[in-house]
Parts: sequence; structure tokens; C-alpha cells
Amino acid sequence: MGSYMMVTILDVVISGLLLGGIYAVTAVGLSLQYGVARVLNIAHGEFIMLGAFITYSLYTRFGINPLICFAICGPLVFAVGFILYRTLFTRLRMSSPTPGAFEGNSMLACFGLLFIIQNVAILIWGADIKGYTYLAFPVDLWGARFAANRLVTLGFALAICLVFYLFLANTRLGKAIRAAAQDPDTAGLMGVRINQVLALCFGFGALMAGLGGALISISYKIQPTMGLEYTMIALIVIVLGGLGSIPGSFVGGLVLGLVGSIVTHIEPGLSLVAYYVIFMLLLLIKPTGILGK
Amino acid sequence: MKKTTSKRMFTFGLVLLILVLAACAPLYAPVYTVILLTSILMYMTIAVSWALFSGPTGYISLASAAFFGAGIYTSAILGKALPLPLVIVVGALASFCLALLVGALTLRLKGIYFVMFTFGLVELLLHFILWWEVTICGTTGRVVPPAGNATVFYAMLIILVILVLTVFIIRRSRYGLALFSIGENEEAAAHAGVHVTVLKIIIFAVSALFMGAAGAAMATRWTYIDPRIAFNPLISFMPVLMAIFGGIRPLYGPIIGAAIFTYLEEFLITRFPYYYMLIFGIIMVVAILYMPDGLVGLIQRLWKGISGRKHADT
Repeated sequence: MGSYMMVTILDVVISGLLLGGIYAVTAVGLSLQYGVARVLNIAHGEFIMLGAFITYSLYTRFGINPLICFAICGPLVFAVGFILYRTLFTRLRMSSPTPGAFEGNSMLACFGLLFIIQNVAILIWGADIKGYTYLAFPVDLWGARFAANRLVTLGFALAICLVFYLFLANTRLGKAIRAAAQDPDTAGLMGVRINQVLALCFGFGALMAGLGGALISISYKIQPTMGLEYTMIALIVIVLGGLGSIPGSFVGGLVLGLVGSIVTHIEPGLSLVAYYVIFMLLLLIKPTGILGK
Repeated sequence: MKKTTSKRMFTFGLVLLILVLAACAPLYAPVYTVILLTSILMYMTIAVSWALFSGPTGYISLASAAFFGAGIYTSAILGKALPLPLVIVVGALASFCLALLVGALTLRLKGIYFVMFTFGLVELLLHFILWWEVTICGTTGRVVPPAGNATVFYAMLIILVILVLTVFIIRRSRYGLALFSIGENEEAAAHAGVHVTVLKIIIFAVSALFMGAAGAAMATRWTYIDPRIAFNPLISFMPVLMAIFGGIRPLYGPIIGAAIFTYLEEFLITRFPYYYMLIFGIIMVVAILYMPDGLVGLIQRLWKGISGRKHADT
């Protein structure tokens, strides 16, 4: 009985971390876009979807290993994000009278982008649910069994977050990004090429979304309309971790994954409801998030 | 003085003429037109009630779908037991109470937090009711007793007229001014003696009241509903886009925006069924980039350009 209990707990915890790893990657991306580039990107989930479908096409059409696809779809999605910020959002930022107005306008522009990207994807790939099998053999972990692809996904998710954190902490560009996060105007006065840095941040946010999508496509079924749900989850995670805090988003992702896994174990239909309840309680009680000041 | 009176009479007459023409539509227009007009009236109601609260205060609410959906569900539950007018009143009151509760909870939230909370509310209701129907009831969706096309049309028209009168009266009263002062600077408004909290909750609830009424009336046209139809997030986004497209500040901005958008939607769906959401998205992005004050602002700007800037900026 005791060992059965242990296996169940292990099962729930590891499933939670697997889910949480994906949430963490996508949320770090959104956190970068909102926390630094000040765009509340409602179309974030569409970049996730793009990453997932590019990987799907490369694997099923050309037989390219999904893990190598990262190197192709990452830069591709990054370029889309970077160009969008340099054209659309920079223009909006210049024409908006206040930072508050820019937040509102850019969010609405993102709604437009959501429709555009989603429908272009439907035209290219069709509206059906798609999926492929890759590394689907089971692995035994202390008595609980998991598909190998999900463990690889978790490993990659943690690695992506770690690499990105080291990049922010140790490079010159990372320093510029952190400066822009604190105060874009002052950072500009200190010689940071602010438009360039903000566009890079938006691009990196899209890159994380794309990589997250590629990871999702390995373990889950994908569909052109899947974006909004992932956007909402990423939003919940960045509020959970404190708006604009990158380590917070990472921890928040893992926490939300664990919550989702526990609730799914007790009552399968209620995991999304639980996310929203947590989200709303958190907004009411501690809007600054678990790691926020 | 005389000029403004005649101008006012002209506007009044024009509105009355449009109203009479619209009211007689079921008598002379084909069924298709009546159904399209009903959709337009529905979106007008949602957009105007959204702009009633969010326009002056600057709080972007994405909870419209929650209030609209509450009305739809009231209609689905009570539709068989009560006559339509009563169902609409109950649906309106249900949304009103929901909005009072949400308003009281979200008082302290500002800016983006408010946006996210209101959107979370829609998703919470959607997934909770979905879970409830699947697990507790064992069935998803409900059948709503249908009402005739003309009946729904008149119900929507009456709701819209009452709404426009209400908004007109609120904007003319000191409460309207107080609302705008909240949007300009909430702290200063509070110091000037405006009961910021109470006013925000009440106006938020009034705007929800009309969305609930619209939902209760429209449900009878769809005959079958389920949580994904009733709490469709698009209903939250559309009024925002329509109001911004038309222009948030003037009362007729959201009305014009809703009319154009609904017609555009219908036109695009019938002509380009596969591209219509794509074209929709492009129009949205272009509208936000080039028309920051909406269509009304754009026309005013163009008019100023044509008339040689005779008038100073107001």
C-alpha cells in the first residue's frame, strides 16, 4: 500500500514537472515580451502554434529529427517576432501618447495578429488535429512509467530556460535587456540602443514560444486553434511568478504544472478551472505574484 | 444659438427617421435582412454597453462574454417556464448581480490586471459550466424554446433604445462627468469627492445588465446552446474592436463601429468563407495603426482638412 502510494505521488509530481517545463518555457517568453517590450502579446499562443506546426511539417515531410528542428524553427519564429516589433509595434510605440496607451493599442494589435496568424496556419495546414509519434517508448522511473519523449521534453525545457537565464545574467546584451526592463527611457540615455533591444526582446519572446511549441508537438496533439489556451496559461504563469520577473515565470510554470497534475489526478475535467481559480485568487490577494516584491 | 437648435432638431429628426424605418423593417424587408439587422442590433447593444463603462474610465473589460452568456443561460433555463419579456428581465438582472459581485472583487485591480481578471472570468465560467454539464448533468448543451424572427428583432430594438437613452442620460448627468474624471485621474477624482468605487461598480453593473438582456433575447434565435457558444471569447473582443473602430468617446461611435463590423463580417463570410477571419485581422491591425481615434476621429480629421481648418481644435 505504502509503495503504491509512493508511486502515485511520484507519478503525479513527475507529470506535473513535465507539464510545468513546457509552461515555464512559454511563460518566460511572454514575460520577456510584456515585462521588457511592454507588449501584452495575446498572440503568444499563435507563435507556439507556429513552432509546433513547423516542427510537425519538417518531421513528417522531410524526416528531420524534431530536436534538430529547434535550430530551424527557432530562428524563423525569432525573425517574425523581430520584424513585427521593428515595424508594427515600434510605430505604435511612437504614435501612442502614453505608455498606458501603448499597452492598450499593442494588445489590440495582437488580437489582429492572432486572427491573421491562426488563419494563415489554417490555410496552410488545415483545421484538423495533428500529431506524430517520436520516442514514444516507455521509460521506467522508480516504478512509475513515462514516455521517453516527455522526459526529453522536460530536459530540453529546463535546458532552454537555464541557457536563457545565463544569457541574461552574463552577456552584455543580457545586461542591456535587464536595464531596458527597469526603465527603457533611462536605459536609452545610458547608450542602450533601445529600439533594437526591445525588438530583440520581442523576438526572443517569440523564439521561446516557438521552441515551446516544438516541445509541445513532440508530446501532445496540435491544432491551429490551440494558441489561445496556451496564451491564457502563460498569462496565468507570469502573474503567478510576478509580472516581468523571468525567474518568477520559470518557478510559476513548474508550480502551475504541478497544480494541474494534482487536480487532473483528483478530477480530470477541472484542471483548467483550477488554473483560473488560482489566477483570480492571486490577482485579488497578491497581484505581485509569488516572487514579486 | 439658433444654429445649434436647428442642428439639434435635424439630428433628432434623423435619428427618429432611422428608428421608424428600422422599426418597420419586418413589415417590408426580406427575412434575411431582418436576421442581419438583429445581429447588428445585438452587436450595437454589446458595444454601446461596453463603451458605457470602459470608454470614459479607460478600464478595458473583457468580461462582456460572461455577462452575455449569463443572459443566454437564463434564457435556456427559464425559457420554457416564463414569457419572453420576463426571461429578458431575469437575464438582465442575473448579469447585473454577477457584475456587482465581479465589480466588488476587482475594485483594487488596475490596468492590465483588470483586463486579465475579466478575461479569466469568461474562461472560468466557460470551463466550470462545461465541467458541470459533462460530469453532473451528463449532457452538454441545452435547447432554448425558439421565438419568431420579428419578435427577437423587436426585443433587441427595444433593448437598444432603452440602452441608448440610459447612456445619454448618464452621460448628461454629473455621474457621467464623474466617470470621465475617473478615466482622467482616479485619485484626483476621489479627492474631489467622487465616490469612485461605488460609481465604478454601479456603472459596470448597468453595462452588464444590457449585455445580459441582449443574451437572453438572442438565445431564443439560436435554439440550441452550449457553454462554448454562450461564453464565446469572441463576444468579449468584438465590442472592444467595434467601439475602437467607430470611436469610443462619442455615443454614436460604437453604434457605427458595430454596424460596419457586423455587416463586414456577414459580407466576408458569404464572399470569402476561408479568408474572412484573415481579412478581419488585417483590417483590425490597420485600424489600430492608422485610426487611433476610430472612424469618427478619422472623418473629423479629414473634414477638418477639407474645410480648411476653420475651427480650432476642440
